Amino acid sequence: MDFIPIDYETLRLIWWALLGTLLIGFAIMGGMDLGMGALLPAVARTDDERRVMLNLQGPTWEGNQVWLVLGGGSIFAAFPPLYAVSFSGFYLAMIVILFALILRPVGFKYRGKITDPRWRSAWDWALFIGGFVPSLIFGVAMGNALLGAPFNLDTTLRPSYLGNFFGLLSPFALLCGLVSLSMLIVMGAVILAARTEGAVAERAARYGQWAAVTAIALFALAGFWIAFGIEGYVITSAIVTDLPSNPLSKEVMREAGAWLNNYGQYPWMMIAPILGFAGMAGAAIGIKARPGALTIISAALGVLGIVATAGLSMFPFLLPSSHNPVASLTVWDATSSHLTLFIMLIATAIFLPIIIAYTSWVYKVMSGPVTNSSLGKNPNAY
Amino acid sequence: MVDELVVNLSRAQFAATALYHFLFVPLTLGLSFMMAIMESTYVMTGREIWRKMTLFWGTLFGINFAMGVATGIVMEFQFGMNWAYYSHYVGDVFGAPLAIEGLMAFFLEATFIGLFFFGWDRLSKVGHLVVTWLVALGANFSALWILIANGWMQYPVGAVFNPDTMRMEITDFMAVIFNPVAQAKFVHTVSAGYVTGAVFVFGVSALFLLKGKHIELAKRSMVVAASFGLASALSVVVLGDESGYAATEHQVMKIAAVEAMYHTEPAPAGLSLIAFPRADGSVWELKVPWVLGLITTRSFDTEVPGINELVEHAEVRIANGINAYTAMAALEENREDPVARETIAETWPDLGYALLLKRYRVDIENATPEEIAMAAADTVPDVWPLFWTFRLMVGIGLFFIGFFVFAFWKASTGTLDKHRWFLWGAVAVMPLPWMAAEAGWIIAEYGRQPWAIEGVLPTFYAASSLTVTDLVLSLAFYITVYTILAVIMVILMVKAIKAGPKDYVALLNGEPDPMETPEPKSDLPQSPDSYGDDKAGKPAPAE
Ligand code: HDD
Ligand code: HEM
Ligand code: HEM
Repeated sequence: MDFIPIDYETLRLIWWALLGTLLIGFAIMGGMDLGMGALLPAVARTDDERRVMLNLQGPTWEGNQVWLVLGGGSIFAAFPPLYAVSFSGFYLAMIVILFALILRPVGFKYRGKITDPRWRSAWDWALFIGGFVPSLIFGVAMGNALLGAPFNLDTTLRPSYLGNFFGLLSPFALLCGLVSLSMLIVMGAVILAARTEGAVAERAARYGQWAAVTAIALFALAGFWIAFGIEGYVITSAIVTDLPSNPLSKEVMREAGAWLNNYGQYPWMMIAPILGFAGMAGAAIGIKARPGALTIISAALGVLGIVATAGLSMFPFLLPSSHNPVASLTVWDATSSHLTLFIMLIATAIFLPIIIAYTSWVYKVMSGPVTNSSLGKNPNAY
Repeated sequence: MVDELVVNLSRAQFAATALYHFLFVPLTLGLSFMMAIMESTYVMTGREIWRKMTLFWGTLFGINFAMGVATGIVMEFQFGMNWAYYSHYVGDVFGAPLAIEGLMAFFLEATFIGLFFFGWDRLSKVGHLVVTWLVALGANFSALWILIANGWMQYPVGAVFNPDTMRMEITDFMAVIFNPVAQAKFVHTVSAGYVTGAVFVFGVSALFLLKGKHIELAKRSMVVAASFGLASALSVVVLGDESGYAATEHQVMKIAAVEAMYHTEPAPAGLSLIAFPRADGSVWELKVPWVLGLITTRSFDTEVPGINELVEHAEVRIANGINAYTAMAALEENREDPVARETIAETWPDLGYALLLKRYRVDIENATPEEIAMAAADTVPDVWPLFWTFRLMVGIGLFFIGFFVFAFWKASTGTLDKHRWFLWGAVAVMPLPWMAAEAGWIIAEYGRQPWAIEGVLPTFYAASSLTVTDLVLSLAFYITVYTILAVIMVILMVKAIKAGPKDYVALLNGEPDPMETPEPKSDLPQSPDSYGDDKAGKPAPAE
């Protein structure tokens, strides 16, 4: 492929970074809606309050969710083995996530169509599940990636999975789930505190502060656990970065504390965990006074830091195999072909800036606080 | 080695969820376009009724759209969940259009749909109109990219098999995009969506006329629906012919099955209108001479091959494919083996045919002639379901041309309400476009069997290694949730249609909407699907 101006190794690195960007994009943009969903019953108690909360998300949640859809699509396009192994391996967990995600579009759209309180309360629960469950499970999935998943690849690279659903719920994975839940709640709470008024804003600030403190504590705990409790993975054969993607051509070993090796080798990576702590701390402090842009950015940086920490710790691994470490998927052997990565890079370079531009424009058009009186005027409101 | 039950359950689940998703897609495609037309008329003429129409159809659009999104998310993840080997084997090619669909279409559609509903009082007239057009554009882009992906499954161009990675890899992306099958599919499918939208708008409006309600809105909507519908119905049929043409060049077997044509016909082949299998295995049929030859080959002198001949050809390809498979084993011994690499480079296009043998034995290089014959026979899809669904779809397509010709004629002379029987008929035919569309997918997908990727990857070989329990649980889950949602959606649609369009001027002045029966104990605006009015033209203050 002489005509491709970027070499295979660099493209693989770029796509690893882009995948991180998309997942972080989802954790921040989609995360604030998921966090608000998880907060719905606690923060908004009356129907009016709930309507304020839902209509705050009304104009933008759909676009935010596409970050997730695109995350799925780009794993498929850029890391097909990862898409194949993880989605089929975590099959029943995926079904649970899909259940939660199916409830959201219909919940938002249908809740307001009938005024019967039982109808509305049923959809409130649906929307709560739709926010709470994915927030938790995405973290559990990350935890299982850190632990390694029990899968194997045969010589035709057909994946098989030897674990079961309950095997995913180990203490460490659940801890990661709680980290993710609390950080997304912070994300949702900051927006709520910034853009609503009265009781909703106050409660959001209170829960948000708690969630931020919890996130910091659990994130630290997970760090200790990674250092002293679980084994990481290291590639023991020579690392070749531009071979055709075939995971079976390397040697891998498990080693206690190996997930911290990268930080020794590349100290700049410490920025990620530091951002995680600092961002959450900033959110905890800023949320009490009516949060401005600074607090929102701080919370977003906290989320970015935490997700990036997990990704950087594992580099170059994407999904290690606990059953047969040799089959582990890494950045160097689980990507698409050189040409596909290049094509997808061009597509992303064209469209991602356009997406960011029009999304910002929509946020600008819809900016300003949402209150009950402002809702009365818009009969399309949820 | 292949668990047939897991494969069959996976197929049933994929078919059920995809067909379900496609209940909502056509209406999204058609209605978004028609809303954009109505709103354009509003912006150009400044007449309030046109905005009222946009808003009313927009409410129905929203109810449908939510289901489209909910079921679409499932589709996006299902390839990895249920077709893991498929995802590995063709992800390098197939994943790209899917991801580009997200970048180019989903973001556009999903970002602006929010502004469509929430931006009426924050955008200028033209600003909002642009938003509506962008939503319609997004839906059509989405169809384009998913059909490029699907078209590649029917006719896998621009890719080769790479023995080092054990998968298909892109060599020519332009060939994937400009795949003639994909292009034909795109125009046919979006036109089908437009027909669906037009029939829906026309039917609901006919109901209003019959009940004597919302006459102004109904009449104007019918004019739009009749003209849009006539154009789309013509294009569905003309471009459906295009689809048949594309399928013949590259999917001869599918056409032969659709035609129940067991033997090669001398050119020009006839199109059988109806046919029944006889006890002796032959077929009784009623034929229109020449037509099949015209549809499929665009000529009078090219032969259309029959099923039996195609099966013989498949046997040859299986035998050839075994060479590629054996060479791969040699490559495992010695990665550099030049002879093996040469063999694979020459014979990989038939590798998929050899994989058909995996159903009968693991060591397919030792296959017996009987097994090869069985595998070749597997390349024939089920003839009779295809034969009849095809006639159902074509029948509906031809019917709608007649329907819209009449509707257009009467609507343009303003005399529709004089034909009450026709109005009732318009209500009665509302389910037909959905039936045709579902039939179309069954022809396209079921007719492709046994292939997941035509000639490259057999369906049974593409599945994930899941357990039967996994699939029973997920299938039960989908059936339960999708059934409940379907009921809820229909209830809300009916309610919104009964409530009809709202009087915005009254609403803005705080008067109760005459159409609404107030429900007790609520201080909310009575109907969430009533509309605000920005007659005053100034954006609401962001308080
Ligand atoms: C011909 C058109 C067409 C076809 C064949 C499909 N879709 Fe679809 N899809 C659409 C046309 C569409 C749409 C018109 O753009 C939808 C329907 C309703 C809607 O909300 O957008 C949509 C929604 C939609 C969504 C939700 C997007 C969002 O969050 O806004 C996803 C993830 C998918 N689809 C994915 C798929 C996959 C993986 C398919 C293949 C198996 C598929 N669709 C077949
Ligand atoms: C990119 C798009 C699509 C892909 C990759 C795809 C892929 C598949 C796969 C893997 C199967 C299972 C194998 C089998 O047929 O048994 C299948 C079956 C099927 N799909 Fe598609 N499909 C796509 C789009 C659709 C859409 C949008 C529909 C229509 C709603 C559809 C309708 C069907 C039907 C009716 C079957 C046949 C079920 C059967 O007999 O097994 N497909 N498709
Ligand atoms: C005379 C009329 C029609 C003809 C000749 C026709 C022809 C075809 C053919 C040959 C296919 C199969 C393509 C393949 O194998 O991949 C197809 C598919 C399809 N048809 Fe039709 N069709 C007609 C009318 C309609 C109508 C009225 C609708 C819906 C309103 C419709 C919706 C579809 C859909 C959704 C598909 C699947 C997508 C695709 O493969 O293109 N068709 N049609």
